[in-house]
Amino acid sequence: MADGSIGTPAIGASVRRREDYRFLTGQGTYTDDINRPGQVYAYILRSPHANARIGGIDTSAAASSPGVVAVFTGKDLEADGIGGLPCGWLINSKDGSPMAEPPHPVLVTDRVRHVGDHIAVVIAETLGQARDAAERIDIDYAVEPAVVDSVAALRPGAPLVWEQAPGNVCYDWHLGDSAAVETAIGKAARVVKLDLVNNRLVPNAMEPRAAIGEFNRATGEYTLYTTSQNPHVIRLLMGAFVLHIPEARLRVVAPDVGGGFGSKIYHYAEEAIVTWAAAKVRRPIKWTADRSESFMSDAHGRDHVTHVELALDADAKFLALKVSTLANMGAYLSTFSTCIPTYLYGTLLAGTYTTPAIYVETKAVFTNTVPVDAYRGAGRPEATFLLERIVDLAADELGIDPAELRRRNFIARDAFPYQTPVALQYDSGDYQTTLDMAMEAAGYAGFEARRREAAGRGKLRGIGIATYIEACGIAPSAVVGSLGARAGLFESAAVRVHPTGSVSILTGSHSHGQGHETTFAQLVSDHLGIPIDSIEIVHGDTAKIPYGMGTYGSRSLAVGGSAIIKAMDKVIAKGRKIAAHLLEAAEADIEFKDGEFTVAGTDRSKSLGEVALTAYVPHNFPHDELEPGLDETAFYDPKNFTFPSGAHIAEIEIDPDTGHLTVLNFTASDDFGRIVNPMIVAGQVHGGLAQGIGQALLEGCVYDTETGQLLTGSYNDYAMPRAADFPNFVLSTHVTLCTHNPLGVKGCGEAGAIGAPAAIANAIVDALKHLGVRHVEMPATPERLWRTIQEHQTRAAAD
Amino acid sequence: MQKTVSLTVNGKPATATVEGRTLLVQLLRENLGLTGTHVGCDTSQCGACVVHVDGEAIKACTLLAVQAEGRNVLTIEGVADGDTLHPMQEAFRNNHALQCGFCTPGMVMSALDLVKNNPKPTEKEVREYLEGNLCRCTGYHNIVLAIIEGATVMRGETPPVAPHGPAHGVAAE
Repeated sequence: MADGSIGTPAIGASVRRREDYRFLTGQGTYTDDINRPGQVYAYILRSPHANARIGGIDTSAAASSPGVVAVFTGKDLEADGIGGLPCGWLINSKDGSPMAEPPHPVLVTDRVRHVGDHIAVVIAETLGQARDAAERIDIDYAVEPAVVDSVAALRPGAPLVWEQAPGNVCYDWHLGDSAAVETAIGKAARVVKLDLVNNRLVPNAMEPRAAIGEFNRATGEYTLYTTSQNPHVIRLLMGAFVLHIPEARLRVVAPDVGGGFGSKIYHYAEEAIVTWAAAKVRRPIKWTADRSESFMSDAHGRDHVTHVELALDADAKFLALKVSTLANMGAYLSTFSTCIPTYLYGTLLAGTYTTPAIYVETKAVFTNTVPVDAYRGAGRPEATFLLERIVDLAADELGIDPAELRRRNFIARDAFPYQTPVALQYDSGDYQTTLDMAMEAAGYAGFEARRREAAGRGKLRGIGIATYIEACGIAPSAVVGSLGARAGLFESAAVRVHPTGSVSILTGSHSHGQGHETTFAQLVSDHLGIPIDSIEIVHGDTAKIPYGMGTYGSRSLAVGGSAIIKAMDKVIAKGRKIAAHLLEAAEADIEFKDGEFTVAGTDRSKSLGEVALTAYVPHNFPHDELEPGLDETAFYDPKNFTFPSGAHIAEIEIDPDTGHLTVLNFTASDDFGRIVNPMIVAGQVHGGLAQGIGQALLEGCVYDTETGQLLTGSYNDYAMPRAADFPNFVLSTHVTLCTHNPLGVKGCGEAGAIGAPAAIANAIVDALKHLGVRHVEMPATPERLWRTIQEHQTRAAAD
Repeated sequence: MQKTVSLTVNGKPATATVEGRTLLVQLLRENLGLTGTHVGCDTSQCGACVVHVDGEAIKACTLLAVQAEGRNVLTIEGVADGDTLHPMQEAFRNNHALQCGFCTPGMVMSALDLVKNNPKPTEKEVREYLEGNLCRCTGYHNIVLAIIEGATVMRGETPPVAPHGPAHGVAAE
């Protein structure tokens, strides 16, 4: 369908999405929609126990069940020399020693370490037959005690998840100047302290993960269709580390993907299983998770236990911040798990403030749970939550308005570039303006009247502010390499101008809801001066795209978009040479604007299409100087992170009799740098807010502490946010440009999930502080709120 | 045990051979290749599989395929008029009410059911009606706007100005 095709309404226009037609008519192609000739189905047998030694696995009955093609266990993989799933980031402990890095087998052999751990795969003609046969696999389990939370895992005598990790410690990392922090705390007028938990979440992209493996006997080529945010990364990890297949013989396709939120970054066992087994059984193999499997096999998010101290001087200026965190890693190290509670967390603890001394230590802990990795925001929501909670608590203790305390401590808008004490250098921002905008839009000044009105109805009303900073546009490769990353984090793009002037953009970014087919086309339309209809955005297939690091960390526009700009500039540079030849002018005199190459000061010009045709039909062409064709590739490695920021304000009301909470208003004022498509940006913020409010009020992954069973393993038990849980959101944006990428963009994908939890939590405490409440853990369910109110009322009565 | 089911899907007769345990959603996706109807959960919570059976919205994971014998099923593939989107689909597009698109078919089918029963729903009624449809991308904000706009157009009225501005206009700021 032709959308956004009138003229070139490029940057800054709410161009309606070009991808929508296929999704609205049921013509999207998600992995599970794909069927390959001769396809069979895989069912993964998963552990029902959190920690058990496996004495033996008898697959004989399953193997002879109706329709079964093959049954494989970890021993079969071992016999083939199949490697384990790699971890992409090495973290060193305080003492310089490397993290404990136990194996992460594709299928376990001798022990299961969490409920849902992969034991065997049954491949059959139908999924029903595979599932039926899996029930006939006999496993000799010796069940042992399990440990699921990070505090318990560190206690002496706790069940040990890995021999290689004494005390269940993966690493004990730190960042910042401990001595400076202790000195500042020693001379502070006040030190505010808080213990808090960042609750464990299950990402729950609506499309469950799926994978189809295929092997071509004639060519020796493997193809994997998978629900991935970064198909090239999967090709690299699975090809190089797990299956030992050279890139040239492994194609990875990530077609339409139904949401990711981080959970589809990682290389998962099922991808390796179907790819490897496809060659064994010589048939394409499809695996699709059901939702229960998603709950026990998709990487989870958050799960921090933290102690924080904020030191202030007599003028309420922040002197120092001290943070100590336990981060639950689960039973295995997922692909990027180790960098989340360290370099995507500790480095963000300056927030929007001038705090001169910061020290953070993070102990990463193994438990008998699903691996924990990045989930929307990834480290930055955790940093923002503790920082904005302790700032509000300090405001309350000092009797200063929370907005005023923030104002006193903001990094000034003229202080950029600003070097924080935790390694980052912010390039631009204007925190006071976004806060002012949010306060204005939220009617902050008139709140006390609304609180009184609510109190007259017997309701407890609260307002909460959170400001945030995030590090996006991930990431400068040399910087992250020096911090332990085992990958580069550039992006690539190819701009292929076809002979008749239409353009294909091959981007390494991956869209799983972000609307790249529209936003990127706007960029190209603006830069090359051609209609959006002439532009095709191609992504998600290693056979088509030169290379790609994929989409996460709000990096697509800042890094992927910059690569597209760079490649377009190469096209324009070559086009100028061709145009100069055609127009018999000096190259230096050729200007490119609105799709035309013009001899400066004249009306003599050649369109991009004419230049392209000449490049592909090079009869009159400067062959001694140029190659034919107009097809350029660029790689862009960012010079720095980008630093989106903003202020979120929540207004809530609690019924003290029931604990029922209503979100009355939610206001977000964000600085994302230049905005290409405001409609898509608003959509990203809405979604992030819903996940952030979901974390604050509804969502929490719960394991049974005795048995290690996953208690929230379905939508009957895990509270997903629904439409009636939210008000309409009130959004605004303020622009300070990123100073180091060509577009001036910062990224918008994670902001909502970063700011919202603290804003909601602060509003709740504001509503309850008259009862003596200092903090309420998330999710603040009606039961938790009711109990909190009851306990404090009882305590107040006793006093 | 295999059984043959005959039904009408999107106005055309269809026949499929299924197992007794086959669900309607599996029949649609696997036997008929109508993959617009999605499966997002296994507890009938997410609503990605909502279709209309004899004019009523139903989660296609809650009906056995054999129960659809002789019945009239409408899926997302049958909603548009040829290449022209139904006003509700158009409203979803105009209001950016979809991102990854996975929940979208179920949302549209539920929205059509809502408007059939309540041609002029309020925002609150829309939010409450969507109790059975989960979306993880949009925060529901634009879905609610879209359904109200779609309902307005379906009543033959002119919808208010789209919150994101005209489709091709240059946005403010």
